[in-house]
Amino acid sequence: MRFIFKTDYLQDIRLAKHGGHKFWYSALLLALLAAPWWLPEYWLAQLTFVLIYSIVGLGLMLLAGFTGLFSLGHAAFLGVGAYTQGALTAAGVPFPIALALAGLLSAAVGMVVGLPALRVKGIYLGIATLAFGFIVEEVFARWESVTGGNAGMHLKAPDLFGWKLESGESFYWLCLVVTVVATLGILNLLRSPTGRAFVAIRDSEVSAQSMGIHLAYYKTLSFAISAALAGIGGALYAHKLKFISPDQFNIIQSVDLLLMVVIGGLGSVHGAFLGAIFLITMPQIIALGKDYLPDAIGQAPGLQGLVYGLVLIAFVLFEPMGLYGRWLKVRTYLQIFPFYRKGMFKRQKSFQKSERLR
Amino acid sequence: MSTLLKARNLSVRFGGVKAVNDVSFDVEKGEVFTLIGPNGAGKTTVFNLISRIYTPTSGEIEFDGHPLAKHAPHEIAKLGIARTFQNIELFEHATVLQNLLIGRHTHRQTSLWSELFFTAGTRRAEVQAREKVEQVIELLDLQHHRESMVAGLPYGARKVVELARALCTEPKLLLLDEPSSGLNVEETDDMAFWIQDIRAELGITVLMVEHDMSLVSKVSDRVLAMNQGEVLALGTPSEVQGHPGVIEAYLGSTEDVASLRRQLA
Repeated sequence: MRFIFKTDYLQDIRLAKHGGHKFWYSALLLALLAAPWWLPEYWLAQLTFVLIYSIVGLGLMLLAGFTGLFSLGHAAFLGVGAYTQGALTAAGVPFPIALALAGLLSAAVGMVVGLPALRVKGIYLGIATLAFGFIVEEVFARWESVTGGNAGMHLKAPDLFGWKLESGESFYWLCLVVTVVATLGILNLLRSPTGRAFVAIRDSEVSAQSMGIHLAYYKTLSFAISAALAGIGGALYAHKLKFISPDQFNIIQSVDLLLMVVIGGLGSVHGAFLGAIFLITMPQIIALGKDYLPDAIGQAPGLQGLVYGLVLIAFVLFEPMGLYGRWLKVRTYLQIFPFYRKGMFKRQKSFQKSERLR
Repeated sequence: MSTLLKARNLSVRFGGVKAVNDVSFDVEKGEVFTLIGPNGAGKTTVFNLISRIYTPTSGEIEFDGHPLAKHAPHEIAKLGIARTFQNIELFEHATVLQNLLIGRHTHRQTSLWSELFFTAGTRRAEVQAREKVEQVIELLDLQHHRESMVAGLPYGARKVVELARALCTEPKLLLLDEPSSGLNVEETDDMAFWIQDIRAELGITVLMVEHDMSLVSKVSDRVLAMNQGEVLALGTPSEVQGHPGVIEAYLGSTEDVASLRRQLA
């Protein structure tokens, strides 16, 4: 068990709260930087996908986990980023500029989609964003002059002002840099007034407003940042796959993204990463498990959907804090062994909140 | 003394219900002004009109020379009005410290971009905000709750955290909606002590809704009694408590009491 003696306010402000943080996160970063040397090519590609999904997950986590606004159409932002990237790089725009523009265009679209969030919340916002997702998917399929329609679109390797990232390794490092920058940005935001305003809106809109928080501005901002990250993730996703088509950005993708942040653990930055790891490794594990199952089950269509559904139900029932919540419990168990009690993380039943001002 | 808050002929209707009907009052700078009245008298509605959660059907409120109707709900805090809620509206899944820091929102000096990169200026602003918050923590003895999640705090502590959060905005006028509801005798005494402190040491004007008459008479300078959306009486706590209209609103008219006596005899 570690006891931190606080003598300075900066200790609460710093990202790394103690030596353990510094050590483990540096070790993780070094391991990730060296990954191309110790990981087989196939797993490096999977790790690249984990990073890409983490970027998208960070954005969705900010929106759903920290601002309390659920989006069932997040794949649309992913798609806007991917197609913007595709169209711009085809026109010869260098990769970094195209990436920035993909993020910006997604953010702009996100602001427009955020407008209904100023009036509706909960399930109604879910329906509004779901409808938006369908519309955008339809646009990708119909706007053939730009998107290539259902035939899809091919992408070239990223071009960093003449330096072409053809290999899997160099693209992996690129994704790693973008992920680290995005993570630091989100962490910085969360420890400053903007991040706290998001949390305030999530927990109580009426008192957020009476504390001087402009609800419309911060909700729109949350949508914009979230969409921008999804757009940047989408652009990288497009480069990784080298081919995009409208059905990659459908409702299933949106549900996968939401599943990712819920299973990772809503309201934690770690959750976005754990969720991404889950989302990428789960199909592999299912594929491996298929061989050991009787054919009637193993070869049945929709096995993956069934497993995802069961896992989601299990998390909602037994571990609503997601993988990160589970990790906190395991860590506490180890730290204070043998004094862990079963009810340590149980919350006292919440007091009735006012329904009058809803 | 000068007037801080001026309410003139306030009325608000919800459909056919007149929740507040032609209410006027002045709150002087530096006083503790209390609204009392039976349930449904419209006290909380008056609070919600001042914090712009509702818009009055007619009438107007002026705060420190600003007509409130011209300001959006989120601008009220910036003008210097902070409030607490009857049923506690804290940010449940955040620590007490974070809750109080949200109270500093109106004093934010950083921009989105400086926050994204967490520049030296942002760091300085954060430390400054923390220093202010610590002063409030010190005043209300919240030191040992600083790092706790609000969701795990007992009711009495939450009431204090909500008061602390309102103080963090450095208001000129503090609206307290039933500060003693759900508190035990000792906690209510603490609350009375703090309200007096807030007025005396911080010079903040307090407007509160309260049912506990011992607390009301201990801290209030003036009391406004309301019933069914209308003003019954205005004066010192003892004047209002002795006012026949107020007694009637709470206990029924003398005839009612007499007839009840006859029935019981």
